[in-house]
Amino acid sequence: MSFPENAVLTILFDGIAYGMLLFVLACGLAVTLGLMNFVNLAHGAFAMAGGYVTAVLMNRSGVPFLATLPLAFIVPAIIGLVLERTLYKRLYTRSHLDQVLFSIGLVFMAVAAIDYSFGSQQQLIQLPGWLQGRIDILGVQVGLYRSFIIVICGALVVALQLILTKTRFGSRLRAAVDDPRVARGLGINVSLIFATTFAFGSGLAGLGGALGAEILGLDPTFPLKFMIYFLIVVTVGGTTSITGPFLASLLLGIADVAGKYYVPSVGAFVIYTLMIVVLVLRPQGLFERAR
Amino acid sequence: MSTNIADYVRTTLVRRGRWGIGEIAFWLIAAATLYFLPERHLILNEIVIIGLFALSLDLILGYAGIVSLGHAAFFGLGAYTAGILARDGLTDPLLGLAAAAIAAAILGFVTSFLVLRGSDLTKLMVTLGVALVLGEIANQASWLTGGADGLQGIAMGPILGLFEFDIFGTTAYAYSLTVTFLLFIIARRIVVSPYGLSLRSIRDNPLKARAVGIPVNRRLVAVYTLAAAYAGVAGALLAQTTQFVSLDVLAFHRSADVMLVLVIGGVGYLYGGLIGAIVFKVLQDVISAWTPQYWQFWIGLILVIIVLAGRERLTERVRTFWKGMAGRTAKTLPKTSAREV
Repeated sequence: MSFPENAVLTILFDGIAYGMLLFVLACGLAVTLGLMNFVNLAHGAFAMAGGYVTAVLMNRSGVPFLATLPLAFIVPAIIGLVLERTLYKRLYTRSHLDQVLFSIGLVFMAVAAIDYSFGSQQQLIQLPGWLQGRIDILGVQVGLYRSFIIVICGALVVALQLILTKTRFGSRLRAAVDDPRVARGLGINVSLIFATTFAFGSGLAGLGGALGAEILGLDPTFPLKFMIYFLIVVTVGGTTSITGPFLASLLLGIADVAGKYYVPSVGAFVIYTLMIVVLVLRPQGLFERAR
Repeated sequence: MSTNIADYVRTTLVRRGRWGIGEIAFWLIAAATLYFLPERHLILNEIVIIGLFALSLDLILGYAGIVSLGHAAFFGLGAYTAGILARDGLTDPLLGLAAAAIAAAILGFVTSFLVLRGSDLTKLMVTLGVALVLGEIANQASWLTGGADGLQGIAMGPILGLFEFDIFGTTAYAYSLTVTFLLFIIARRIVVSPYGLSLRSIRDNPLKARAVGIPVNRRLVAVYTLAAAYAGVAGALLAQTTQFVSLDVLAFHRSADVMLVLVIGGVGYLYGGLIGAIVFKVLQDVISAWTPQYWQFWIGLILVIIVLAGRERLTERVRTFWKGMAGRTAKTLPKTSAREV
């Protein structure tokens, strides 16, 4: 069996777009789970919130796609901020079991609430004309919308990396995560930093959900369906930097797209198996040195 | 000195091993429902099965401290094993149970090595991954499992060649209850043995447990395998008494539900799973009668509230109450708890 080289490149391209999307969806989790060590299985619910903001604004109020994106960021960020201040912060010091139970509870509530408000059907969004279709670049079929995603997500990745490594906020965040007590002693407002980070991460997830509604699909079971993908990105990527999760999302995206194209009968089987193998061989993640 | 401690441990264990009045009453009431609640046997059967499933999770979560998000893997494997055997003509229920227990135990043994390493998060992901892989296999191998349509055509023979399953679920309930009771006795015997003590010490402090010479990994492998077999039996009971298996038995929500059941009842004492199953099923019944489509919302809310209210405090209260019922007054026991011995 042979495939034309172009198909390979197209798959690679789609995989990269998918991976970038996964990264934007999951990077908030990389901070809460990876840096703050909080097992938050409800992360997908924030992504779903962003997706529904976009879908509802577009389909019911006729707001153009691009104009909905800021709101898809802001609304989940506010929800995240409120939840962090009221509920999540009480659980930072609790056992992982408590955190798991709590966040599963939140997921169940989010799924049922969205189902109740908007129905259980898929939400479809109509992309603007200039984002539809594919163009031919050097014989490779390139989807316009996927290029758009790659540009936006790529810019976000660079910005995040810069914020985390070059700004005062970034160094404070890293300090707060490394040792909250000492950080507090140095006058850093740790809980404010955690709240900001949590809200920002939720907002990014929301933005990812909005951008991904077209590619990943959007229905009330979204948080459960993609929970495992987010967790894979974070645990396989490791947690000390954002480059690890970024590489992991790219790998996962490419592997998933290629797997669905070449061996559709195997399904997600390969990804789950690979995840188990990686976690067993390198529990600290693929891209990190063992501690 | 050492003999004193050994004696002390022995008497404590013997005392813990005694059956209290509350416990005896619990099982007598359970047996009495066979006669007094004939119209509820179908739901009671489900309660018992969920209770057994939660009991098996308690063995690894409550006693060994392994947080598992994929316990449905063993439940589902047991269900499919028993279901496929029955479909293909081996209709003896006990044979099905044994086969399911063995199959689940083998899977448990093999995967137990995966959960020995890493943090809580890694364990969580690996257990979840195992369940997902199994779900995918069951979905793809539709020639064997029926795929998304479910496994149909299960016809069970009479139990021991004597008792036919009836449509009111009475035989099914009696069967599930008996099996659960027998397995409960074994589990109870295990957790009050020195072996059970060593498990608790591993849960509380694995490092220290290793330092005092407990073979941590071997103990964990053993209890994980045992719990897997229990879950397999629970799954087999479900398959045999409902005569249907669908992909649902391997779904994520089943693993999440059983955790919820255990948490409602309380982690770390064997009745937690059984009590939790009763409360959960009754709640589910009441809520879904009221709002059939959205009962998950309320279950989620209950979960959040339980965690915020302090799960351990609630459990502690139930446990103290239970001990009082069981006639074991706290005053006669010195305050040293097992983990310090």
